[in-house]
Amino acid sequence: MSSGSALVELSKVNKSFGRLHVLKDVDLSVGMGEVVVVLGPSGSGKSTLLRCVNGLEPVDSGEVHFDGKDVSRAGRSIHKLRSEIGMVFQQFDLFPHLSVINNVMLGPVEVKRVPKAEARNMAEQLLEKVGIPEKADSYPAELSGGQQQRVAIARGLAMNPKLMMFDEPTSALDPEMIKEVLDVMLDLAKEGMTMIVVTHEMGFARHAAKRVVFMDEGRVVEEAAPEAFFSTPKQDRTKAFLSKILGH
Amino acid sequence: MIGEVLTENLPFLLEGYRNTLYLVAVAFGGSLVLGTFVAVLRIAPVPMLPRLARVEVEVFRNTPLLLQMSFAYLGLGSLGIRLRPFTAAAIVLTLYTGAYVTETVRSGIASIGPRQIEAARSIGMTFPKTMRLVVLPQALRTVIPPLGNLMIAMVKNSAIAASIAFPELLYQTQILDSRTFATFEVYNGAIFAFLTITLPLSFAVSRLEKKLRIAR
Repeated sequence: MSSGSALVELSKVNKSFGRLHVLKDVDLSVGMGEVVVVLGPSGSGKSTLLRCVNGLEPVDSGEVHFDGKDVSRAGRSIHKLRSEIGMVFQQFDLFPHLSVINNVMLGPVEVKRVPKAEARNMAEQLLEKVGIPEKADSYPAELSGGQQQRVAIARGLAMNPKLMMFDEPTSALDPEMIKEVLDVMLDLAKEGMTMIVVTHEMGFARHAAKRVVFMDEGRVVEEAAPEAFFSTPKQDRTKAFLSKILGH
Repeated sequence: MIGEVLTENLPFLLEGYRNTLYLVAVAFGGSLVLGTFVAVLRIAPVPMLPRLARVEVEVFRNTPLLLQMSFAYLGLGSLGIRLRPFTAAAIVLTLYTGAYVTETVRSGIASIGPRQIEAARSIGMTFPKTMRLVVLPQALRTVIPPLGNLMIAMVKNSAIAASIAFPELLYQTQILDSRTFATFEVYNGAIFAFLTITLPLSFAVSRLEKKLRIAR
């Protein structure tokens, strides 16, 4: 990865919660248009990594750059910076008091000052894209988990982001709803969206990732293209992890 | 005839009723706005503000309302800051009730949880926008019943303004009692008058609660 074209660049990032050292000297670089899947056991620091990229968590040391800007020194421009990064959470976290269309429109209207009619137009197109245009006027509680997560993706896309981050987007879903969400994500990847995806979906990692990053105990243990990663992992820790999740 | 004293002195009592309504209306709007604002200050990511807000709340919540009224009217008056009884009563009742509103709204905000705040921040919202558009619309809905209780308590507490000679309902009733000695009758009338404010309020609160409930 040449650092010149990197959209996201983490160098020597450390982050602790009290005594718990969650990220240890993490280096990561994500190029424009790249899809990076982050794998690892729970508690390995994957979610914290994402949260450091958009400044939801301040780092203790090291540097995080997004689109050439230093995230930890962004000051008030952190809001602008975050608006360029879509984030999709495990629990969807839609706004329950707003209808689906208003969930998608809220960011464009309130943060980017897009005129309402235009924002509605775009939100309708995005709902079309994620396959649920008919739910525009429903409320989140009336939707299935898979539908809610697709709305959450549309909400992120509505800001026209340069990067989409997914934090275990299918972990809270019933098995039969996982596919509908992964399909939307696959389409995004094909369109060339830059993505960082924390997931346990090995199929997605194989098919969509340009690079797989394996984390354990706060460190990046191994990174490789998916074929190499799954067929010839180098580190013992990676082999042990893969044998557990692919063993049956 | 029973009720004669009340009917004969109706304009006098109605003046008290009207004054109670004025006072209650100001404290109603004032305490909700102020209390909500201070609740937001209590979690604002700005140095010192949360602590100052806490001090304000604790002072007004932990001293007697009667004492606060006397302080604002007589205490400040002795320094040369002479407030009219209405002004003193309205300010004190707003601050006192507002302190409870703050604590109630704060519990509502806590019930919304950090994930909603993070979702809002993730699309680039500033703290004020996150509060106004995402957190408060949900938090206020969940605390409508306890806020309703506070407003009913506030209506009853407004009678303490009688202690600083603000001619509200209780004050007028006491005057009328001392003039006519129709004690049972006039106090009965005052109770009935207060109920005409509090009962509809309590009814309106439960209607509002049902209307604004959000499915989760």
